[in-house]
Amino acid sequence: MEQLVYLIPLFPLASFVIISLFGNKLSKNITNLLAPGSVLASFVVAVLIFFSQISNHQAIQVPLLSWITVGDFHADFSFLVDSLSIIFTLVITGVGFLIHVYSTGYMHDEPDYNRYFSYLNLFVFFMLLLVLGDNFLLMFVGWEGVGLCSYLLIGFWFRNMDYSNAANKAFIMNRIGDLGFLLGIILTFGVFGSINYHQVFAQVGTVIIDGKLITWITMLLFIGAMGKSAQIPLYTWLPDAMAGPTPVSALIHAATMVTAGIYMIARCSPLFSAAPDTMHFISIIGIATALLSATIALFQNDIKKVLAYSTVSQLGLIFCALGVGAYSAGVFHVVTHAFFKALLFLGAGSVIHGMGGDQDIRNMGGLKQKMPVTYITFFIATLAISGIPPFAGFFSKDQMLAEIFVHNKILFALALLTSLMTAFYMFRLLFLTFFGDFRGTGIQKDHVHESPKSMTVPLMILAVLSVVGGFIGFPKELGHEINFPNSIDAFLSSSVIPHVIEMSLNTELLLMTITVILILIVIFIARLLFLSRKDIPKGDDAPMPLFKEVIYHKFYVDEIYEAVIVKPLNRISAILYNIVERLGIDAAINGIGTSVVNWSQLLRLSQTGGLGFYVIAMVVSIILLMILMFL
Amino acid sequence: MLVLLLIIIPVFFVLLTLMSGEKQAKNISFFGSLVTLALGIYAICAFKTDPLCSCFIYHTPWVKALGADFYIRIDGIDIILVLLTALLVPFIIQSSQSRVIQHPKSYFSLILLMQSALFGVFVAKDALLFYVFWEMALIPIYLICLVWGGEGRQKITFKFFIYTLFGSLFMLLAIIFIWLHTKERSFNIYDFYIAGSHLSPREQLLVFIAFYLAFAVKIPIFPLHTWQPDTYVNAPTQGTMLLSGIMLKMGAFGLIMWMIPVVPLGWHIASKYVVVLSVISVVYGALMALTQKDFKRMLAYSSLGHVGLIAAGIFSWNLQGVQGALYQMLSHGINVVALFYVCDIILTRMNTDTMQKLGGIRNVSTMFSVLFLIALLGSVALPFTNGFVGEFLLIHGVFQYNTGAAVFAGLTVILGAVYFLRAYQVMMHGQTNTLTQGFGAITKNEKILLGSFAVLIIFFGLFPNVILSISEQPVKVLIDHVHMVTNSGIK
Repeated sequence: MEQLVYLIPLFPLASFVIISLFGNKLSKNITNLLAPGSVLASFVVAVLIFFSQISNHQAIQVPLLSWITVGDFHADFSFLVDSLSIIFTLVITGVGFLIHVYSTGYMHDEPDYNRYFSYLNLFVFFMLLLVLGDNFLLMFVGWEGVGLCSYLLIGFWFRNMDYSNAANKAFIMNRIGDLGFLLGIILTFGVFGSINYHQVFAQVGTVIIDGKLITWITMLLFIGAMGKSAQIPLYTWLPDAMAGPTPVSALIHAATMVTAGIYMIARCSPLFSAAPDTMHFISIIGIATALLSATIALFQNDIKKVLAYSTVSQLGLIFCALGVGAYSAGVFHVVTHAFFKALLFLGAGSVIHGMGGDQDIRNMGGLKQKMPVTYITFFIATLAISGIPPFAGFFSKDQMLAEIFVHNKILFALALLTSLMTAFYMFRLLFLTFFGDFRGTGIQKDHVHESPKSMTVPLMILAVLSVVGGFIGFPKELGHEINFPNSIDAFLSSSVIPHVIEMSLNTELLLMTITVILILIVIFIARLLFLSRKDIPKGDDAPMPLFKEVIYHKFYVDEIYEAVIVKPLNRISAILYNIVERLGIDAAINGIGTSVVNWSQLLRLSQTGGLGFYVIAMVVSIILLMILMFL
Repeated sequence: MLVLLLIIIPVFFVLLTLMSGEKQAKNISFFGSLVTLALGIYAICAFKTDPLCSCFIYHTPWVKALGADFYIRIDGIDIILVLLTALLVPFIIQSSQSRVIQHPKSYFSLILLMQSALFGVFVAKDALLFYVFWEMALIPIYLICLVWGGEGRQKITFKFFIYTLFGSLFMLLAIIFIWLHTKERSFNIYDFYIAGSHLSPREQLLVFIAFYLAFAVKIPIFPLHTWQPDTYVNAPTQGTMLLSGIMLKMGAFGLIMWMIPVVPLGWHIASKYVVVLSVISVVYGALMALTQKDFKRMLAYSSLGHVGLIAAGIFSWNLQGVQGALYQMLSHGINVVALFYVCDIILTRMNTDTMQKLGGIRNVSTMFSVLFLIALLGSVALPFTNGFVGEFLLIHGVFQYNTGAAVFAGLTVILGAVYFLRAYQVMMHGQTNTLTQGFGAITKNEKILLGSFAVLIIFFGLFPNVILSISEQPVKVLIDHVHMVTNSGIK
């Protein structure tokens, strides 16, 4: 079964090629069949391989073609099927399929309909390559490929220069990370003599390798992860990336692409586990990102921006968990997060659709009567992300928190604080959007309607997953008692390094209870503050206390980057050009040149200036040369 | 005989072109270049089956008094440049389709003459012959720039001419010096390898510097590059393509074949300085590109950065670096010619390449925007484009030489994306303005040329081993030769 793995990326690639070759000549109906259909086909193959993996638990390498060979260096097109890659594949194709279906409704009136779907298919192809490749360079190919698709889709509406700027920003920030990744790959080859996962990881324990080098490798790889998964300091592109169509935000900037960094670290768990310094660093960056972006999310008024900062924050939380070695807990949260965050974004898309394109929650309110399906599913997702049992997010977040707790109490406290803020801003969002009175214009009020079936059915499926998805990772100690295993941990144990922690049943239950109680209190506060609030300031210019002002402006990080990096870079290059290049080097050379010119005036006399003469002279002399040769 | 045909066929078509009418000149020369291309592709296939075939060698006495032979030979390294030259010239000729060329007979004859001389440079295995072809290649391009160039061409072209001639003279001195030290007064490249390796370290260093001046001007490497931007901008499009696509590879090729293996100790002593200069080129070129307002000038500086990386890879002198350099010569040739063609398409329609004046072209011509993007991604070195393979191997090569140098050279990964995407955004995105409204769809000819470039960019991105496997063995031999000499030299 595993031998068929190449079909998984092949289907979306084929669909991309067909749609982009025919362009707008292809009718919408064929695109509707082809684009989601190809992803569904991949999903089916993935499910079949998944069942085969459950029974045999073996990592299988499937070589296809050689790609770059120079001396000992090999980078080939070959795939690796194991529990980790298949879980990611299931999420990418499963959630990806739902979002394709949703897009057929959401993008219905878009004139560039086919272009949109060709990009989406291309994205799925590269994302699958990223998780299915069996070596670092193939991961890098997928890595940059999804970056390209992200660039194309963020700037999908390219007539708008702001969107186009956001696209450039995303690509360039990712490139900064990619350089780290690239150097990490090269160093890996230098140290291990291979870039194939199995050959590299097999050496980590056996051969004596300088620990410092492994720290360097993992640090460089992690720089790549910072870019792709939007961690401090490379996170500012993600909120801007919301310029893309909303289903894109759901698929690329919430459920799949931004989790690539987590995949990377889970995939390389043998390397990272051998580099404790890097692991501490990852935890610190992760928790700092989680806190910072959760704080920013508290005061945002754009429905998509709140979700974007929430994504950054959740990713930070996962990195914090990875940093303490909780690889499978992190992957588990990636899975549940894909369900409920995709659901939140698609729900937001449905709201924006109903609001006629308005994204400002200050203009919403009371939408629950008019958009019941969107409301209920959004509510479920909010409960899931806040960590209310028995919704999906509860289990995964609980597992991460428990494993962080065992490792470091301060990290745990901060992670808990992040979770509380998450519950707060999510319920603020929910109350302001769906409860109270409608605050938009009269035209908007008449326009608001529930979205079509093609959009609401994916919402419902994701809602079901957000409810039941958590049970694949049931709490361990409690599971022992009632004989309900943590199946995802067991499944992943063959591909990532397991994290064994000592924790009694009582501690586990106590942590859980305290967390849930605190979250309920926070929700109650949010309810008091926002449930039927009347005095929502309209514009951005209303006076705010200083701390709120700073947070509202996202701690001015974009402005700082602009002042410290972008502007100086442009200035340096302008100064170099005007002074060094034109006045310095060129003038010096010209000085030499002028004196030569003076001398050459004499020689010039021999030149006639007639063009034909030159050409003929040349041809004749070449022929003469040739003849001379044979004499 | 095959190798001789490569040099003769273009000359033969020069004669045909000169004898034809003004209107047929382009078509005849284009046909000639296609014949040469067919021959080049045949040569690659034949080489893959039997690299030792006698058809790849032509060796006959030439200037007996000096011991110079007419010795030309195709081997695994130069065949890549032969392929590049054969591949690009048809594109270059056909790219003139939408412009009215004055004196077409002379123009296209000169392009073909140039091609012939370039083949000569790449396959010559006799130093004097190499030098003759080297200078011969300069004359047609000099005339092309001088006669068909833009405003102020005399001054710019003269600067270019003097610059390169100045470099070449040092090379001639170096060649004579080595020749004097050969056992039987021979110009044969293999005798040069032996004679050069036996010179004292000091002498080798001097020869190294002399060669470096010639090659570094041609490539060009900072700070000997100032002829390049003006010349590229001023030359007619076909001239720019010849210069950037093929001619500057003469310099990089010279480093690999005629410089480092001839004076290994010279390389050993000077390598750290020349690597640093090359890396400066990379960053400096990118920074210059960042601040340019005109697209063509931006491309010129971006090219400076890209070839700087090629040079850095060569001076690192390891398998990844040199293989990467060879591959990138091919890739860069394709990409830069494609981008200059894009620039020409814009210039013929808009009469300006000042980026701020343009905008929103993507609204008017979707096909153009897609093909432009593919060419651009090749230059930005996205995986699955030809540029990625070369750039990755080059950075890999430099990394093995020195980590810090690789980090700086790697900045091209970031900066390249910055200026290329910015340029694309400013010209293609946003709303159309009064100027770009009239851009119109691209012609069939333009579609075919850009489309072929796109296919080549992706093909060479997916199947690099087709080329890499040809050059690996001979590159290994050269590298081992140099390391053997330096190792024994140190003892």
